[in-house]
Amino acid sequence: MYSPVLLDHFTNPRNIGTLDNPDGYARVTSPGCGDQMELFLRVTDERISDIRYRAFGCAAAIASSSMASEMIKGRTLEEASRLTGEEVSEELGGLPEAKFHCAIMAASAINAALRDYCTKHPTVPFCTSF
Amino acid sequence: MSKPSTYLDHSATTATDPRVLEAMLPYFGERYGNPSSLYQAGATVRQALDEARRRIAEVLGARPKEIFFTSCGTESDNMAIRGAVWAQRDARNHIITSQVEHHAVSHTCKQLEEVFGCEVTYLPVDREGLVDPDAVGRAITERTALISIMYANNEVGTVEPINKIAKIARQHQIPFHTDAVQAPGLLPLNVDTLGVDLMAISGHKFYAPKGVGVLYVRTGTKLVPTQTGGGQERGMRAGTENTALIIGLARALELAESARPAEVLRLTALRDDLIQGVLNSIPDAVLTGSTTERLASHTSFLFNGVEGEGVVLKLDMAGIAASSGSACSSGDEGPSPVLAALGYTYPLSRGSLRLSLGRENTPEDVEHVLRELPPIIASLRALSPYYNSDGTVALSAPAW
Repeated sequence: MYSPVLLDHFTNPRNIGTLDNPDGYARVTSPGCGDQMELFLRVTDERISDIRYRAFGCAAAIASSSMASEMIKGRTLEEASRLTGEEVSEELGGLPEAKFHCAIMAASAINAALRDYCTKHPTVPFCTSF
Repeated sequence: MSKPSTYLDHSATTATDPRVLEAMLPYFGERYGNPSSLYQAGATVRQALDEARRRIAEVLGARPKEIFFTSCGTESDNMAIRGAVWAQRDARNHIITSQVEHHAVSHTCKQLEEVFGCEVTYLPVDREGLVDPDAVGRAITERTALISIMYANNEVGTVEPINKIAKIARQHQIPFHTDAVQAPGLLPLNVDTLGVDLMAISGHKFYAPKGVGVLYVRTGTKLVPTQTGGGQERGMRAGTENTALIIGLARALELAESARPAEVLRLTALRDDLIQGVLNSIPDAVLTGSTTERLASHTSFLFNGVEGEGVVLKLDMAGIAASSGSACSSGDEGPSPVLAALGYTYPLSRGSLRLSLGRENTPEDVEHVLRELPPIIASLRALSPYYNSDGTVALSAPAW
């Protein structure tokens, strides 16, 4: 059911934890099943300089959170904002259809945390058009 | 990773007993005759089938003609419920059941409600999962056609007071069905002591193969056949009998029943060690179901802050097979209706784990679980937005 890559991210999730006074923060819930991701971003020079999260849900939800965090760490805000659930799923070796919403949750958590960042920093160039 | 394998999912299925396999083998080979055929090869198989029926009837304290063979527990439940309700379709159309039934019962009742216009009362249960027999009595109307309450619950192991419920049903002359799929080898099966009119069991829960079940039908209980065709099973269940598996089921039921007194004592001791061990070694672990009215083989827990699927996967990596009712597979599946009926809500109800013991388990298996499970729960809680190490909930449950 799950790919080796997914099981690896589930067993050894990357970037787990929280950040004090994050520059961007979000907590999103998957409407289907109640899985939850809480995301903390540190932003330096319009890049994701650090990212932490906590996740509640099935193995696919935890692995999606972990993979998404790896995919945007060090990236520009612009790049991070373009991450899609499809890309997260693909990197995990393809989620089973019934678990695809887990990848969507990870992508939408990033989007929501960027939204939070931009609410606090409306004059940052990225935020003026986000 | 090279740890010994510990199978703790006997409520899901069991391995076929070698003695059962041995009893079946000739019926896959030289004894292939159709029991309905007139010539010798058929007659030999017919005799074996009759003998299997007689031996099953003996274990249940029933008459052989009250035993009907099916393909599984689900089919037996379907045949009992739909058959009994259809048989009374002009006179009565109300069903009384509970909120903790297996889907084989609840979805059948739901279909009778939605497609056939029946009225169904889904009785609530208490925190331990017990149905109140008085509530059954209060729910009865002059339109009540059937009462169906399970013998023992698959998710939380609660043993329902079915003999009390059966008495009430009989006072009102309403047929009483029980899904007894979790019972063989663990609970008494005498149909007169229990007072049941219809009882479903499934072979693979007691060391017979998958694909064979039994429905007990008390003489005088009217059923409309739900599977029509040839005249097999006295017209009640058409289709050539699955002779090998039926013979296997009969052998397995005898073995389970003769081992039952000693096995219940042995399993109860293992079960209680497992329960105490888990509750002592994992902070905020909750035992679901009843402490007293509980299957000897069954343990079920909730761990707040974690989700069951992750626990099951990590246990599997540690060589332990267990199950969780919480898996979010389709995205539209809500939390377990059984845990909801017991009063456990999201997100706690997502952290369920069932460890069900069986014949081959030993105290070493319990130790294996008690070694592996606490660090697994701790590691998943460390990832969780819902759990702080002081046991408090880190985030309130979202509006969901």
